[in-house]
Amino acid sequence: MFVDALILFQIAGIGIIVALIHTILKQMGKEEIAQFATLIGFILVLLIVVNGLSDLFQQIRSVFLF
Amino acid sequence: MDILQITILGVLASILYILVKEVQPSLAFLIILITGIVIFFSIIQQVQLIFETIRKLGDQANVQGLYLTTILKIIGISYIAEIGAHLTKDAGLNSVSKYIELAGKIFILLLAVPIITAVIEAIIGFIPNV
Repeated sequence: MFVDALILFQIAGIGIIVALIHTILKQMGKEEIAQFATLIGFILVLLIVVNGLSDLFQQIRSVFLF
Repeated sequence: MDILQITILGVLASILYILVKEVQPSLAFLIILITGIVIFFSIIQQVQLIFETIRKLGDQANVQGLYLTTILKIIGISYIAEIGAHLTKDAGLNSVSKYIELAGKIFILLLAVPIITAVIEAIIGFIPNV
């Protein structure tokens, strides 16, 4: 189950790093690129979360005989 | 997963949530989502064991397979509906969570129709013909 705690840390890490990149790019005056960095970070995390959600629903489907 | 591990995971998730919420509110919601997924994933494996036992006991007691399957499906629907309802409530969409709960209730009722029909037919069978 250490893998699962790892996912949490991964997401939090991505969030903090993306926020950092966002701030730096904003300071440099590149507003659009900062927005894109935020968007890409969000999409990365969304990929992880959706994979987990799909696994969970498959498991539920197999357990509850759907 | 042990209960201690689940609790620690929850505490950890809340700390990370508070940390990330300041800088990225949308990612903080995904942290909540993945925490729910992880905890539920660990629970579902234990539920599988319980259900295998229930099914075995039902076979030994000659319970009709239809009834047992219906009950297990109802439990599954209620779990799924609860996950969805809580997630949407966390995201601030109270009305959507209510609708998900309503949909769960309707589907449970729909699945229970054959059992209700069987009960009513049994009761009608008891009534003597006048």
